[in-house]
Amino acid sequence: MEWSPVWISLATSITATALTLVAGLAAAVWRERREGPLFALVDAVFLLPLVLPPTVVGFSLLLLFGRNGPMGKLLLRFGTTIVFSWPGTVIAAAIVSFPLLYLTARAALEQVDPHFLQAARTLGASEWRVFGEVALPLAWPGVLAGTVLSFARALGEFGATLMLAGNIPGKTATIPIAIYFAVEANDIRRAVSWCLIDLVISITLLAGLYFWTHAQGFGRTRRVWR
Amino acid sequence: MPRATASAFAGSQREGMMNSPVSRIAGALVSLLLVAGVLARPQLSAEQPVSITVSAAISLKSALDDIGHAYQQAHPGVKITFHYGGSGTLQHQVEQGAPMDLFISASPRQMSALEAEGLIKTETRRDLIGNILVLIVPAPSRIVQSLQDLIRPEVKVIALGEPVTVPAGMYARQTLDHMGLLAAVEKKAVYATDVRQVLTYVETGDADAGFVYKTDAQSSSKVRVAATAPEDSHDPIVYSGAVVKSSGSAASARAFLDFVDSPRAREIFTRFGFTPVEKRAGKN
Repeated sequence: MEWSPVWISLATSITATALTLVAGLAAAVWRERREGPLFALVDAVFLLPLVLPPTVVGFSLLLLFGRNGPMGKLLLRFGTTIVFSWPGTVIAAAIVSFPLLYLTARAALEQVDPHFLQAARTLGASEWRVFGEVALPLAWPGVLAGTVLSFARALGEFGATLMLAGNIPGKTATIPIAIYFAVEANDIRRAVSWCLIDLVISITLLAGLYFWTHAQGFGRTRRVWR
Repeated sequence: MPRATASAFAGSQREGMMNSPVSRIAGALVSLLLVAGVLARPQLSAEQPVSITVSAAISLKSALDDIGHAYQQAHPGVKITFHYGGSGTLQHQVEQGAPMDLFISASPRQMSALEAEGLIKTETRRDLIGNILVLIVPAPSRIVQSLQDLIRPEVKVIALGEPVTVPAGMYARQTLDHMGLLAAVEKKAVYATDVRQVLTYVETGDADAGFVYKTDAQSSSKVRVAATAPEDSHDPIVYSGAVVKSSGSAASARAFLDFVDSPRAREIFTRFGFTPVEKRAGKN
């Protein structure tokens, strides 16, 4: 039983979700403070990886990061490339899961009563504290949901990963890629094994998160203001 | 707004559904669709063209397209649809019952597997043409001049077909094994779903080297042949063709296969760089 796709998938998904969380939150906060029709265009661009087929996303990334692409040429000057490498799997997974976190984070942040934020400001809190200690805790359920969605999407990412990172067993072959090639080679036993492992990981994660969040109790921050 | 909808449905409540303006428009549309459907039905005439689907190894694409074109010009009543891919993928599609009439693989293995499963018409099976395995590099590259150069650290990514499903990958693996380079190359290998993908990887420079057929290398100006695999280092590269047992147009499929096996077709194959193959009498 070959376990490398499992480790690669886990490492890739966790890293990609962490990146997406930071980038998605930053983008949501940045966008939330701005109005205007131009920002509708910004939204559309941010949501593109969600509506485009993964192979199109993968191909675009390949054009961007390949030997002849702008980002690729830049990276080559530093002696590296992300095509056919593990960081490539992370980039592909992060890009396709970004819209999910961005959307839910924005919705969650918009729901936060601005009076709380204003009150914090009048009490002398810096913008960072306002965000970290008031806005984010209040928006946390939504952001958490977005994180879970992003992780799930990153774990299941196939098309873009295959295009950008390629099929390199032990290096870039994630569970979905391994399953695809196992089916191609008619190795049904392996394909089914990896499917079951993927299922176990997903259920464990979702159940774990559910219990953790309900044990924490969301009511705590709200009680501060009563 | 509410007023318009009220009046549109007004008729329906008082006089019954059949007379309201909305119902009348809907009725007209349905009638129109029915008429259009009746008129558009396929003409069941005696001159209905015979359609055959040919699944073939992707390395045959350019040559087979030409051969198919020549055949269809000589036989206007036949329409040929080509479906290209890795031979292993195509083999699995036949096994899963995908509708196709003719199958041509880049190695006798896929054909023998189908024969053992009773999925092809054995009496139609034959060897068609051969090819040569080469090592290619991006055109401007000067690092690799022989197969041994693959060990060099400057060569970071080597592309080949997935050995289990892609014949070109299988032949490459055999060659590397024969030359004792397999372990070193496997560390740097990226596996593709078919041989044309390997070509793309090398063309874009994302792979430093790759194994394709000579015919594929000839089709691209962005790569150059760095080395040729010794003929005795791998199984003979033989393209096998046969009519699929479940074919609904077996006679037409066989006629086309006979054409692909003809001197005229061989002329086209040779033009693209394929090599002649010794005919083996009977089955493998």
